[in-house]
Amino acid sequence: MIRMFAIVERELRKFFRSPALMLTAMIFPLIQLVILGNAFGGKITEARVGVVDYDGGPQALRVHEAFASVAANIRTFKTLRYSSDKAAQEAVRAGRLDAAVIIPPQFSRRVLAGENPSLGLLVDNSDQFLSGSVEAEMQSLTDALNQPQVQQRVVNNIAMEIVELYPYVDYMKFLLPGSITLAMFVSVMIGGGMLYIDDKARGVHEGFLVTPITRVELVLGLVSSGALKAMLAGMVLTLLGSLIAGLGVIFQPGALIQLALMIFATSFAFNAMMFLMMVRVEDPLVPRAMFGILNTLLYFPSGAVYPIAAFPPWLRLLARVDPFTYAVHGFKSVLLKEAGFQAMLPDLLFLLAIGSIALVLATRLFKRTL
Amino acid sequence: MSEQTGAIRVENIVKRFGDFEAVKGITLDVKPGETFGLLGPNGAGKSTLIRMMTTLIPITSGRAFIDGNDVDADPDAVRRCMGVIPQALTSDINLTVEENLSIYAKLYSVPRAERRKNIDELLEAVDLTKWRDAETKTLSGGMRRRLEIARGLVHNPRIFFLDEPTTGLDPVSRVAVWEMLNTLKARRQLTVLLTTHYMDEADRLCDRIAIVDHGTLVALDTPANLKQSVPGNNVIEAQFQDPPGDWAERLGALAEVTSVQAEGSGMFRVLTGNGSRTTTELVEMAVHAGIAIRTLSVQNTTLDDVFVHYTGRQLRDDLVKPEAYTLPTPGMRP
Repeated sequence: MIRMFAIVERELRKFFRSPALMLTAMIFPLIQLVILGNAFGGKITEARVGVVDYDGGPQALRVHEAFASVAANIRTFKTLRYSSDKAAQEAVRAGRLDAAVIIPPQFSRRVLAGENPSLGLLVDNSDQFLSGSVEAEMQSLTDALNQPQVQQRVVNNIAMEIVELYPYVDYMKFLLPGSITLAMFVSVMIGGGMLYIDDKARGVHEGFLVTPITRVELVLGLVSSGALKAMLAGMVLTLLGSLIAGLGVIFQPGALIQLALMIFATSFAFNAMMFLMMVRVEDPLVPRAMFGILNTLLYFPSGAVYPIAAFPPWLRLLARVDPFTYAVHGFKSVLLKEAGFQAMLPDLLFLLAIGSIALVLATRLFKRTL
Repeated sequence: MSEQTGAIRVENIVKRFGDFEAVKGITLDVKPGETFGLLGPNGAGKSTLIRMMTTLIPITSGRAFIDGNDVDADPDAVRRCMGVIPQALTSDINLTVEENLSIYAKLYSVPRAERRKNIDELLEAVDLTKWRDAETKTLSGGMRRRLEIARGLVHNPRIFFLDEPTTGLDPVSRVAVWEMLNTLKARRQLTVLLTTHYMDEADRLCDRIAIVDHGTLVALDTPANLKQSVPGNNVIEAQFQDPPGDWAERLGALAEVTSVQAEGSGMFRVLTGNGSRTTTELVEMAVHAGIAIRTLSVQNTTLDDVFVHYTGRQLRDDLVKPEAYTLPTPGMRP
């Protein structure tokens, strides 16, 4: 045991003596959290919509009034008057407008006569998100215009009432579980993968191999020191990230214990997997090259930045075996849902199981000779 | 375990990597308390040999015993009784001198009280006591090498392996390392096996020297005996202005000359049994032929000559620029 702790002692002393490397590991996910958290997930406001009115009748006025109320209230878009549909179309194409509404001639007469009146909507669908928002807003406006002037006594339309389980979750909060997981991943990649292969290349491991340390002691020493570093990164990110994203859950002792368990299981699983991947690698370039690939392969399919429900089947399959998914899910249930220990238990068990399997395999594959 | 006589004993040891045989059946026996030098050009197989002895790579066939322990059968016993200093400086530069030593003492499971005592003694011996709390990155190359030497001895081994202990050091630091090694060896009754590129180092430190080339042992004896085994006791190095094509043969015809080696740019290396007589004749011949002598030196045979004699090449071929170096001809060996 003393020999295993000597390995851990060496790694941690080095870690605390020159923390620059690990600080970078923590800063990267923090920056991502702040930038992505603010860039994505916002609601569209002040999109520019051109209006071409060929009608000018009383029903067209109702449309103008509806637009004015949107501009004054939820501000999804504001309107600009255009004289011809051609000019409006050009403006959309040139990017001066995001969409254009055409009120055709005879619109008012058709409405009153019940002759299938229609409004034209021209959207710039090169930006799906923006055009989708404008379309949705227009649809609801049209629905409102379709309401009869005089309400029926008994409403026989089906209505849906939406119940939100949690207080409003903005995108930054949604992103935080992923950022915490990412901090541990980066820490494992640098503190576990890269430093380990660099040590191998420098001949440091040769120095260990001529001592009586056993294979198990050496592997456990390396894995646990890497996991300790990752845990530290995870803890820092959980605390700072929760403060930045405005989550108060970290002030509850029960949640803190659950978070600590998740941080431990994630660090352990990631480190054991990393060690398994690196156990026979000699070239210091390999972990650097793998960094980007693994980052994309594990982080993005995990549901950390975009919901898994939107994935095609093959990507869902990847998400299902990706330990990142379980880490993100576990952190989400503690941080965003305060769902209790039971909710994160499956994630915890999955991470511990995959970590243990990786550790056993890595120990088997580890060569006690050069 | 088997009965053994030496501190290090290697019997017909072979290492094969695929089809390539790096070590082709070497047998040697290092006596307790001896300092044994392993010389050879790069790629000769000395690193492979030392790695087999120090349990770092598996032995293909043959046997090796370190202090009576079979390397193949009981590697942990071997690891406990030997200290190994690799060629690369591997101490952690962010850790202090003492931390580096202490971590290795723990890797060898040295008990706490003994650890403290050993580290104190070793720091004293390698003259780093006042640097014990300094981070290793602040040390000079020579000091770092001394730290590595101390690190190899934290568990009081009886056998000490050093791979090129002074490579990359300035001459003053090299002498300091040699003195330290000699002191440590005497104080701790160490058996030392070292590899080196430097002939003066081997000459100065080693009781016996083995020359390895192409995976085989080509010579093994004391430095003095090895030097005597080379025909000729002196080496004349002379550089001539525009010597004629048959100059090497004419030099070879001088009295008591045993071999002549042309080294390019008019430089010749002449081995002779009688330095002063050959030199006199050489100068007379040059004057007679009207050829100017640019430089001339006469030395005793060194281990360098021994090395060239046994392996047919300079020890540090790789350090000599190819264009300045002419390949030895088959006829140059006496």
